Amino acid sequence: MDESEGLTLRGIEKSFGAKKALSGVSFDVHRGETVALLGPSGCGKSTLLGIIAGLDRPDQGEVSWNHVPLTGIPSHQRNFGLMFQDFALFPHRDVFGNVAFGLQMAKWNAESIEARVEEVLELVGLSGFAGRDVNTLSGGEAQRVALARSLAPNPRLIMLDEPLGSLDRTLRERLVFDLRQILQHSHQTAIYVTHDQEEAFILADRVVLMNAGRVIQIGLPEGIYRHPDSVFVARFLGMNNLLPGLVESKGDVKVVSTEIGVFPATDAIPGPATVLLRPDDVQPGMELACSLSGVLAETSFRGGMVRAKLVVNKVALDFDFPSYIPLPPVGGMLTVSFDPAQAVQVFPVQN
Amino acid sequence: MDRGRVALSRQAPYIGNVVRRSSPWLAPLGFLALFYFYPLASILQTSFARGEAGLVAPFIDVISSASMRGVLWFTLWQAALSTLLTMLFGLPGAFLLARYEFRGKSVILALTGISFVLPTLVVAAAFNAILGPRGWANLALMDLFGLIQPPIHFVNTFLAILTAHVFYNTTIVLRIVGDYWSHLDPRMGQAAQTLGADRWRTLVHVTLPLLMPAVTTAALLIFIFNFTSFGVILVLGGPRFATLEVEIYNQTIGLFNLPLAATLAMIQLVFTLCLTIAYTRFSARLSSPNTLRPRRFSQRCLTNWRSRLLASLYLTALLALLVLPLAALVTRSFLRVEPPRSGSTNWEADFTLDYYRELSVNRKESLFYTPPTTAIGVSLGYALATTCLALALGLPAAWALARDARSPASRIFDPMLMLPLGTSAVTLGLGFIVALDQPPLDLRASILLVPLAHTLVAFPFVVRSLTPSLRSIRPRLRQAAEVMGATPLQAFRHIDLPIIGRALLVAATFAFAISFGEFGATALVARPEYPTIPVMIYRYLSQPGALNYGQALALSTLLAVITALSMLAIERFRVADVGEF
Repeated sequence: MDESEGLTLRGIEKSFGAKKALSGVSFDVHRGETVALLGPSGCGKSTLLGIIAGLDRPDQGEVSWNHVPLTGIPSHQRNFGLMFQDFALFPHRDVFGNVAFGLQMAKWNAESIEARVEEVLELVGLSGFAGRDVNTLSGGEAQRVALARSLAPNPRLIMLDEPLGSLDRTLRERLVFDLRQILQHSHQTAIYVTHDQEEAFILADRVVLMNAGRVIQIGLPEGIYRHPDSVFVARFLGMNNLLPGLVESKGDVKVVSTEIGVFPATDAIPGPATVLLRPDDVQPGMELACSLSGVLAETSFRGGMVRAKLVVNKVALDFDFPSYIPLPPVGGMLTVSFDPAQAVQVFPVQN
Repeated sequence: MDRGRVALSRQAPYIGNVVRRSSPWLAPLGFLALFYFYPLASILQTSFARGEAGLVAPFIDVISSASMRGVLWFTLWQAALSTLLTMLFGLPGAFLLARYEFRGKSVILALTGISFVLPTLVVAAAFNAILGPRGWANLALMDLFGLIQPPIHFVNTFLAILTAHVFYNTTIVLRIVGDYWSHLDPRMGQAAQTLGADRWRTLVHVTLPLLMPAVTTAALLIFIFNFTSFGVILVLGGPRFATLEVEIYNQTIGLFNLPLAATLAMIQLVFTLCLTIAYTRFSARLSSPNTLRPRRFSQRCLTNWRSRLLASLYLTALLALLVLPLAALVTRSFLRVEPPRSGSTNWEADFTLDYYRELSVNRKESLFYTPPTTAIGVSLGYALATTCLALALGLPAAWALARDARSPASRIFDPMLMLPLGTSAVTLGLGFIVALDQPPLDLRASILLVPLAHTLVAFPFVVRSLTPSLRSIRPRLRQAAEVMGATPLQAFRHIDLPIIGRALLVAATFAFAISFGEFGATALVARPEYPTIPVMIYRYLSQPGALNYGQALALSTLLAVITALSMLAIERFRVADVGEF
């Protein structure tokens, strides 16, 4: 499959009145790939979906498919599927009527419609639901019907707008794996919008991180998690050990000094910086190159791991340890160690 | 204390409760019994008194008469056609108001609201002022082309009836459908578009089916109004057209054939009651739709030039229909025109206050002539009496309804209070004529007849305006005030009164405005020497002469201003979203 086939966004801008919703958004979605659009609520994700779908026009920039610009092509001629946040099922049509809608619009004949509806309902695990009234479906069922409805006409691209957002946690965890399987099984090109990093990491081949209408990082899930580009990304991914620091050259080596100590910083630019200490690359004991000692202020048990709050020189730091590791009682002293090449990341402070 | 007395003392409050619970119902129900049910029963009796051959004979008589069949048929199809036209004209507007945010929107909604509440006689006069033989359009054309006869024949045509009905009822579509549409999830349409439906197919397959409850409700309400249309048909339609309502009036006033009028009224009543029940059913469904969204999700600005152009075109047409007749009415009432003198083709026109000045002059110096200013006084008096009566009856009823909406009494009486709304005005008037002209209740000569009839019409509005606000006074509020040291009197003054004060004002204004503009019932029961303003307008419009015409317009202008002011006051005083209609 040609890598350059698929969706291309270049320089998309959109404002609502004085409010800038999107600025300079550019990225690609290759054929057969699932891209997660990850970002906090209100960062412009849904607006972007509307623009890709042709429901809304960008003020500037271009959406193209296989390098053919889609400017001026109305939504119903793009053959892009969109699954809405709370599904937008047609309440006046039953499950069959909802799933068949796109096929009827594409003027399929009755037999092929019937066959296709049966096929996609089976794909989403809802065989035999065709005659059901959509107003009586549970949240999970409605979600699957909505997915089936957007998949039925074989869209070139399917976009899912927070498809699990309105469901409760246990259902969400189950459905996210089902969703991945369905998307992979049908080799569907997909954009998956979410504010939940876990969902994004599970589902996506690549992740596009957005904030305040801008793309701030694009990469593989592991890449983004291991190497956040910015303080914002680190914080958004739940890494809270961020300290002010100063990068200096000491002879041949560069070091960064913080309130809790001085660490080597190989590639950092001299000057003021923000230092990230990754919470899960630290272990109790003194085996590794750098070590810290402090008072264990708090622990919270989270199943497979324990989050420990350690106060080092009046700075509170969070660490995640596997829960089988024995820890001193709260109030006791704890020493931890880490490899700075793994656990420390330095972001220059922009002026 | 012995057991019997304990039991008794436990029961006594119970009995007291029953009495106390039903006592607020006494006055309103007594009133309805005397002035609604008794007259209706009399109509029934009058109708059946005619048929010697059994209960159905009078109805067979009506059906077998070609002219009556014509009336029935005309009533139905003019209502159907008017409703269809109103829907076609109103739906684009409902879409515009529902889906777009633009400047002046609230003004437009308010304007359409005013057209809805204007008395029929004012509307008739207004269309006369723009398209009638002496109206602006004809004057302008005659002046321009030197014609002797007015070229536009609008008054006394079917087109006039249809236009006036569209003028009246468009606001129903805008409000009922527009409001529902604005809460309809716009993503339903977007979902359809991403599934390959173009705009047209989205409308047909998704939007319209979802709008159906609102569309049906609006259409039913409009049909009811058109079905019982009276003033518009009488004045704008002329003698060639008669709906059931007009025919009842003709049979009563012109031919004094009360039994036939009674039978027609029964037929009409059956129709309106069925339609009203259907309407109530459908409108109840509107409140529980499952796809409604807050409005902020659904409204956009008009962005491209095409949508702006279409919107402007539509709004221009809407404003032309709603505002032009009224503007013509007001301006024409200050204009004196002289036909061209010989040798000239130019009309002479100048500003005049004559029509207003003449209102208090008895030019004919006739003993039987009543100057129009008398009508203003009479209308004022009737309206004040109606207001007092409607409030006196409506307040206890609303209080009882608010206190316990689910009690059996409330459940039976609530729909009963609304019955007069589902009964046409002329039928109410006819009922008074056949019922209240003999002992024990001989009110033929009584000046109370008109305010009683008006109270019947206004009473449901008063109850509907008061109930929500009375319901909003929770006992907790008063208790809170008393805990903080307010005496019961102070609690009433500072808690209850401010809360229901506005509602009372709204209710009173409703009653006042309804009485001021009422024509159907008044036309039947008003005494000739005490005409109301609408009756006077009707007299002037049906008499020839420039002065009569001008005075009709002057009176209509006054009436329009009073009604518009009343409605603005109601809008102003109404607490947001209160009022259950």
